[in-house]
Amino acid sequence: MARAALPGRLKWLQGSVVEVIDETQRTKSIVLELPGWPGHRAGQHVDVRLTAEDGYQAQRSYSIASAPEDGYLVLTVEELDDGEVSPYLAGELRAGDELELRGPIGGYFVWEQSLGGPLLLIAGGSGIVPLRAILRHRAATDGTVPVRLLYSSRSLDEVIYHAELTRLGTDDGVDISFTLTRDWPQDWQGHRGRIDRRLLEEIAWPPDQQPLVYVCGPSGLVEATANTLVQIGHPPGRVKTERFGPTGT
Amino acid sequence: MQALDGNAIAGDLHEVFGTDMTMTAGTCAHCGATMLIAELVVYTRAPGAVGRCRSCGGVLMVLVAIHDTVRLDHQSFRLLDPP
Repeated sequence: MARAALPGRLKWLQGSVVEVIDETQRTKSIVLELPGWPGHRAGQHVDVRLTAEDGYQAQRSYSIASAPEDGYLVLTVEELDDGEVSPYLAGELRAGDELELRGPIGGYFVWEQSLGGPLLLIAGGSGIVPLRAILRHRAATDGTVPVRLLYSSRSLDEVIYHAELTRLGTDDGVDISFTLTRDWPQDWQGHRGRIDRRLLEEIAWPPDQQPLVYVCGPSGLVEATANTLVQIGHPPGRVKTERFGPTGT
Repeated sequence: MQALDGNAIAGDLHEVFGTDMTMTAGTCAHCGATMLIAELVVYTRAPGAVGRCRSCGGVLMVLVAIHDTVRLDHQSFRLLDPP
């Protein structure tokens, strides 16, 4: 018997891979064509489901890397050493392959023009993915909301979207800062070391400008950053957080 | 074990409630604190996912998904208040 569809129920959709792009050694962007996709808001994610021949299924969440205005849906996936799903997505998947997913999911870690700003975006490792969607959405809609991004990575070769972010940083009202925590080139002009109070006070909009803050990355970084922002005086309700599983920062 | 947050179970909750739940405010029956579902402390590596209060640590929801069936126990919320 067919089950009646609930209103607003998420449907599993079958996408086909148009292209797989190497972002860093451990990170790939999967460009998908997805018939029936209802569209998304910047910052939302999808659930990806893999089914083995014996019927075993594994499901994981991945942030959407593309803006709503982009032609394709793009997921950027970091391969985790002990991962069950990510090694397949980042290692095995090829153009022409099919992928099952549902979405868009979430309404909390989302930004659109009507929410205003100024915007403070803080990312660790692959936590940059939903923030990249927000930056692309702002650019695609000719946004004028001032935005500052602080992005922490272990080393320069682990910075995802480095060229694109550097280019976006030349736009009016966009300020992009990188910090490297483990290795940096001798002539590195960016910041060095983990995100801490000193760095946040240097880069973040002061609390009296009432920035809307989005922090995304591994739990430790998100926890420490959100707590420090609140200590500095940002109201907790203006600091939105999304925590990822293990990833390098 | 690494704690995530309510965003990590947003898809399964959407499946159960038929709508996005991350912006719904929940009141903890243990301590009375109110937080958005997105702000729950969530552990996904238990047999199922466990959502705890960010204020007192009390268990607020347990969610288990097997094939296409999601079972959810959320009785430790005193109130769920959609936006």
